[in-house]
Amino acid sequence: MNDNRSMSDYAIVMKGITKRFPNVLANDHVDLFVKKGEIHAIVGENGAGKTTLMNQLYGLLHPDEGEIYINGKKINIKTPSDAIKNGIGMVHQHFMLVDNLTTVENIILGSEPRRGAILDIRKAKKEVKNLSERYGLYVDIDAKIEDIPVGMQQRIEILKTLYRGAEILILDEPTAVLTPQETEELFEIMIKLKSFGKTIIFISHKLNEVMEITDSITVMRLGKVTGNLKTSQTNPKEIARLMVGRDVLLRIEKKPKKPSKEIMRVEDLWIKDNRGLDAVRGISFNVKAGEILGIAGVAGNGQTELIEAITGLRKVESGKIFLLNEDVTNKNAKVLREKGLVHIPEDRQKHGLILQFPGYYNIILGRHYKFPFCIEGFLNMKHIVDYSKQLFESFDVRPKDPNIVVGNLSGGNQQKVILAREMSSSPVLSVFAQPTRGLDIGAIEYIHKNILKLRDEDVAIILVSMELEEIFSLSDRIIVMYEGEIMGEVSPEETSYEEVGLMMAGNKLETIRSEIK
Amino acid sequence: MKRKTFLNLNLSAIIIPIMAVIIALLIASIVILSIGKNPLIAYYEMLKGAFGSSQDFINTIVKTTPLILTGLAVGFGFRAGVFNIGAEGQMSMGALFATIIGMSLGGFPPYIAIPLTMLSGMLMGAIWASIAGFLKARTGAHEVITTIMLNWIAYYLGNYMVAGPLSVGSGTPKSPEIAASAKLPTILKSQAIELTPGIFIAIIMAIVVYILLEKTSTGYEIKAVGFNPYASEYGGISISKNVVLAMAISGALAGLAGALEVMGLHHRYLGALTAGKGFDGISISLIGQNHPIGIIFAALLIGSLRTGSNAMQFAGIPKHIVMIIQSIVIFLVAADRIVKTILKYKRKNRAGVKK
Repeated sequence: MNDNRSMSDYAIVMKGITKRFPNVLANDHVDLFVKKGEIHAIVGENGAGKTTLMNQLYGLLHPDEGEIYINGKKINIKTPSDAIKNGIGMVHQHFMLVDNLTTVENIILGSEPRRGAILDIRKAKKEVKNLSERYGLYVDIDAKIEDIPVGMQQRIEILKTLYRGAEILILDEPTAVLTPQETEELFEIMIKLKSFGKTIIFISHKLNEVMEITDSITVMRLGKVTGNLKTSQTNPKEIARLMVGRDVLLRIEKKPKKPSKEIMRVEDLWIKDNRGLDAVRGISFNVKAGEILGIAGVAGNGQTELIEAITGLRKVESGKIFLLNEDVTNKNAKVLREKGLVHIPEDRQKHGLILQFPGYYNIILGRHYKFPFCIEGFLNMKHIVDYSKQLFESFDVRPKDPNIVVGNLSGGNQQKVILAREMSSSPVLSVFAQPTRGLDIGAIEYIHKNILKLRDEDVAIILVSMELEEIFSLSDRIIVMYEGEIMGEVSPEETSYEEVGLMMAGNKLETIRSEIK
Repeated sequence: MKRKTFLNLNLSAIIIPIMAVIIALLIASIVILSIGKNPLIAYYEMLKGAFGSSQDFINTIVKTTPLILTGLAVGFGFRAGVFNIGAEGQMSMGALFATIIGMSLGGFPPYIAIPLTMLSGMLMGAIWASIAGFLKARTGAHEVITTIMLNWIAYYLGNYMVAGPLSVGSGTPKSPEIAASAKLPTILKSQAIELTPGIFIAIIMAIVVYILLEKTSTGYEIKAVGFNPYASEYGGISISKNVVLAMAISGALAGLAGALEVMGLHHRYLGALTAGKGFDGISISLIGQNHPIGIIFAALLIGSLRTGSNAMQFAGIPKHIVMIIQSIVIFLVAADRIVKTILKYKRKNRAGVKK
């Protein structure tokens, strides 16, 4: 940037942004250049500083050092309303919508059109309708948010920013909650917005999406910018290397393997959720030794309740669960653990760990009452600490000190502690619920390798994931859940993202296949 | 192992209460100055009153003994994730039952009568607390509510017993004395004040609680449930079993406090026997950072403030100053962030200078 003329080609210039938190340098002299009218990706592992950077642009945080230019003009963003005034809109990962208001009411909330002192709802509706038609953002303007699917809620969030005059949109991991079809729709919208001259910043973990939709990419690692790339001149491998700092296997090799005897069988299972509604409605499946059964589906379609039930954390209403041919329906976690079931839970901080306990206490959870960890009621501390040290070493938990309280470990290392504990207890059945959610590619690679290692050791594996890529690259069989039912069972070789995506949206496999014929 | 693991935490766990006491003394001295008295004299008199003579010293120990046990009762509950506000009622029920059993053991030698009376006090305290534990495990009823309600039931039940079935003599409602063989022997006597082995029993209980919490799988389970019931259930630990168990142990400690008051001090049940000592347990466990050994010192602090306050009164300084000191200590320990922030600020300044 040598003069002001070139500055004004950029919608956003962030120069030398530095932000310190206690003990952490979250942004270290970060430069970001986003051209007008482009889709610009910011990628990086967790904790790389992407969200911190965006929060400073949106006025939620203030840089310790550095300057921000919008359309070539230096500005000082103190609050989100300053950002909005300068044409910046942000769609957060978690939607900020009021559930019991309608679409229109949500969109105008905070900047309502008035006639005198009275809300001019007719004008509001007209404006929202115009906006939604112009940008192809189809929404049901009179419906209440609670009755609206996630994909549409996201469109409402985008409309909200446009209604406030946003020229620059920040989308923070927008595809994390979407089905493949909804993702495609979002991408169409993004292209349309771009054609109207809007600038979009797209934050994502998913390299294939970044390759598909963006024009240029800023890669961040440990608070610094490690790469400025043109999407057309790069590839996922290069991006991954810049993100992690080393070469990463994006897709791991899976050896063919013949599954052997049946380990778990589930028959016509009905389970209620916390509100007392049927979350799982008549599900049956089985899983064999040396086989990975993938359960795909959009979050909240009964997977959580299903996993809790088969791991002894939730009662079933009716149906049967068999483990090693023995009826274990409604048995508690202790009984199931004794039989060789291990569980990498979806919510690792709630179920998987006691955050206030040091590493070695977490390593023995579930086996704390057994020899050699416990001898006649007394904990065998020397063995517990030595054993934990070994596991921390072999599972590469950082720092390698089991005396540290696990609440102070990073998310990826917390997951490694759980993995170390569960995998080291010689399981016959291993249940992985969203094992890589929120983790960075380095940790994901590690966990995928370990799942396949278990498969090689003839362990039966159930894998629940919202990430289709994960399901496809690991599973031997895939079942898709929608509203508590199984839409179909497919093998990854014989199906496509599209087909599974359609099932995730509620279409039965037979229907899809017969329509194609 | 604990020292190694929680080094940081342990250090601040020791520093915070000590800092709190120092700050409290400083603030209270401003109050004393403002009423025209000399704080140095006040504190000297207080110290002399608590430890100045063997009689004062014994008096302090006698006051400290039940406070250690009620402090342990509440502190143990905190470690297990239950807030046992019912130590008062459990202590009262323990004292009542120990009296009833102690009255009927005249035919037994002390080495049977004493343990039996103590155990009956612990058992009754445990049962009383388990009611709240059971209600929590079964129905989710919060133990703060149920233990407070049980306190009142215990209070009125005790009053009824000494006014009715157990009543003896005239004047203050009281029960008959327990059998001589059930009384704790005197090991030290200074004028009318007697020291019994009760204090050693209390200290032994603190050590037992420490071992139970830190060295056994039962303690592991109780702490796990206290920290994170969801993860405990996931790890195959029964939440309801451990909630009831934790309440029972907590109640047993409070019940023992009541039994020892009967066996060592009053030798009978009195309506006003507990006199808020169960509630003091809450502040003591707070000051002692829920650590059994810390609780011993916290109980000693409160016990000596109580005895010292009388001597201070004689020197013309209102004894309520002690309440001010005690309240500030509790306030600062509970709001330990204030102390931590001061410490952190200091450290930061030092680091800043280095840079």
